[in-house]
Amino acid sequence: MTGAIVVLIVIVLAVVGWIMARARATRLQAEVGRLATNSRPSQHGWYVALWTALPSLLFLAVWANVMPGLVTGTVLGTPAAQALPADDFSRGAILAEARAIASGAQQGAFNPQSNTLVEPFRAATNRYSAIGAVLAAILSFAGGAYAFSRVKPAFTARSRVERVVMWALLLASLIAIVTTAGIVASLIFESWRFFSMVNPLDFLFGLKWSPQSAALGYGNKDAFGAIPLFWGTIFIGAIIAMAVAIPLGLMSAVYLTQYASPRLRKWMKPILEVLAGVPTVVYGYFAALTVAPALRNFAAGVGIPGASSESALAAGLVMGVMIVPFVSSMADDSIAAVPQSMRDGSLAMGATTSETIRRVLIPAALPGVVGGVLLAVSRAIGETMIVVMAAGLAANLTLNPFASVTTVTTQMVQLLTGDQEFDSAKTLAAFALGLVLFVVTLLLNIVALRVVKKYREAYE
Amino acid sequence: MASRAPTDWTSDAMRRRIARRYSAERRFKALGLLAILLSAGFLAFLLVSMAANGLRGFTRTEIALPIDFQRAALFVDPQALAMGNPDQVLASANLPAAIDKAAEEVFGKGGAHLLSAGAMKAVRDAIVADPAILAKKVTIAVPAAEGIDVAAKGKGSDADEARVARLERAGALSTGFNWPFLTSSDGTDPTVVGIWGALKGSLLTMGITLLLSFPVGVLAALYLEEYAPRNRWTDLIEVSINNLAAVPSIIFGLLGLAIFLNLMHLPRSAPIVGGLTLALMTMPVIVIAGRNAIKAVPPSIRDAALGIGASPVQVVFHHVLPLALPGILTGTIIGMARALGETAPLLMIGMRAFVASPPGGITDPATVLPVQIFLWSDEVGKGFIEKTSAAIIILLLFLLTMNSIAIYLRNKFERKW
Repeated sequence: MTGAIVVLIVIVLAVVGWIMARARATRLQAEVGRLATNSRPSQHGWYVALWTALPSLLFLAVWANVMPGLVTGTVLGTPAAQALPADDFSRGAILAEARAIASGAQQGAFNPQSNTLVEPFRAATNRYSAIGAVLAAILSFAGGAYAFSRVKPAFTARSRVERVVMWALLLASLIAIVTTAGIVASLIFESWRFFSMVNPLDFLFGLKWSPQSAALGYGNKDAFGAIPLFWGTIFIGAIIAMAVAIPLGLMSAVYLTQYASPRLRKWMKPILEVLAGVPTVVYGYFAALTVAPALRNFAAGVGIPGASSESALAAGLVMGVMIVPFVSSMADDSIAAVPQSMRDGSLAMGATTSETIRRVLIPAALPGVVGGVLLAVSRAIGETMIVVMAAGLAANLTLNPFASVTTVTTQMVQLLTGDQEFDSAKTLAAFALGLVLFVVTLLLNIVALRVVKKYREAYE
Repeated sequence: MASRAPTDWTSDAMRRRIARRYSAERRFKALGLLAILLSAGFLAFLLVSMAANGLRGFTRTEIALPIDFQRAALFVDPQALAMGNPDQVLASANLPAAIDKAAEEVFGKGGAHLLSAGAMKAVRDAIVADPAILAKKVTIAVPAAEGIDVAAKGKGSDADEARVARLERAGALSTGFNWPFLTSSDGTDPTVVGIWGALKGSLLTMGITLLLSFPVGVLAALYLEEYAPRNRWTDLIEVSINNLAAVPSIIFGLLGLAIFLNLMHLPRSAPIVGGLTLALMTMPVIVIAGRNAIKAVPPSIRDAALGIGASPVQVVFHHVLPLALPGILTGTIIGMARALGETAPLLMIGMRAFVASPPGGITDPATVLPVQIFLWSDEVGKGFIEKTSAAIIILLLFLLTMNSIAIYLRNKFERKW
């Protein structure tokens, strides 16, 4: 809480600095004339405000990281800490408890020894917070005063402020790289730990997936074979969902671009796009509540063996409908990119519209459509909620769409939402699955974009 | 070259062939229409079935319960009630026992099981609203138990249906708007659960997401579109942003788990971690939308500003950014709508905990609307089905509002240069 107040004070100081510097620069400008000044008064204001706020905020950020160490050091130096046990583990536990009580995060101690340390903790924390606040205020004043003393007509405040702005812009765009690096690093690091427990070949090519048995101590050898998961993912995301999404998406794109009246197009296009905007958890609930029971009853009625209330078909069908607008808009784009002359040529030869579409437009647009389908597949296999809610947990290697299969994403959720300690092979397996998913979707995207790009160039 | 007689278009063979081609044309066209109607029909079916289930979740069945407070002998001091904290005063009185006794008297043995756990709250509210009833015999409408509620809405078990029929004959049943659904939090009894806790968690999480992703996304878009030199670094930034936009959302959950929870030790299932994770996910969307909006500002604006002596920074912040802002805002709202409906990454960072009170701040344990829907969908109780659908209706209403605002902004401020 005190930290927030200090930050607020620094910001108020910066605003005051801005106003004062601007006023002074305005006065100076009036004295020497506008043409003799280098920068606008508000730029002088920004210069002072930046000098007031930035160094002191940077200091506070550093201080917030250093302070816990200093506090603990001081507490360990007090007489009350002499009685602490020598081994690091219980010592750390007592210290952590005392810290939590002192900060108000916890009431009452399990270990009576913690209570003796609460007061030293409080005192040390107060002291170091006060030191930090004072130092931040001094930095603020010093920076502001230094900058204020430089407010002169000839001073190049503008270029200096703009340099800071450029740095801020660059930093903001570097966050994307940092995030990507963070994803790759955390996936690789945790997967590395997993693969030090489980042979990568067993993981990638094993046919048996039962992490529960590994957790129960039956060994890791036969527990983490991910082939059933990969198959389930492909079966639902790349086969069933695409069997729904490609015909529906392609045909609706064809109809909307070639046949529909502008009025119908104006209404139907947004309606189709609503399908893409419905949250996946809603689709998942719909699949589990309505579609899956209906399919099971149908399968039981027809007499298909192995029908389950959590079927691959239910998840795949609903996922396919979700992907329709995506496929449709990609197909729309690639059909629109086919040169009008090709269409006109075909129609002039006497072909009907449907013949033109089937024999000329779609073949010409095919690379773009294929690229779009690849992107759709990459989206479908990364989709989580529908399969978590509708596809089930049994890792079956089956071709029966009415049976239950499981997918990579379902298992990731399953592995990480248990009460396992983080270091077990079971939780780390989720990261290995994540790494596979990340690599596959990345490759699909790269290939798809390359196909689409190449095809666009062919017509330009 | 062999010469050929001109085709006789009036011959039967040719007529048949043309008729065949035309009917193929009609079939193809009908197929296209069918594809669209199937997709739209699916959407309609989805919405109608959610509405049919969910609208019942906004009502609750109430039972008129006569209580004679004088005979119940509650030890409540009306003066303390008026002065101090009424909840505390009433907590020491044995209210649940009094309610159970009153129910058994009126409805016979097992009468207490007709009432929901929320009955106590209804009686307490009635007392707080008018302490004078403590000296009287009054009838209070209290929520019915889950089984009765479900049966009254037509989907209960036979035994419950019979009880409902009996209550109806006695004229004790009525239907009221389920206000607690909008004001309370998660619970174990479907008749008392509410979405306010999840909604507040969603609002806090979205607030953090917006606060982080909007400035960073806009600044990054400005840099890439206006200043970035063409070199390897810029290419790397662009590739990263395009890839991040295509990474499955669950991977962001793994990132949040590994970095924010395990490395930085931020609190589990708190809105701050959820907001950070979703911000990383939303940022690329805002960058891409922002770049398109900035690209749409014509170069003549920049040239004119540069020509009268503005610096590159002034050109961008005084002219380009204000003109591109409506487009950027539209993209931001669409990105936020997507983040609002996102579930998977939040499951990874532990936002699936049972949270029975609304979060007080960004570091308190919280859940969000879509996760609440997921949690309720796992519950076995029949009463939860309508609550899940009702929560879905609320989520969809929010998304609809956000998207309508985005469309309105686009139509109002979109400028053709």
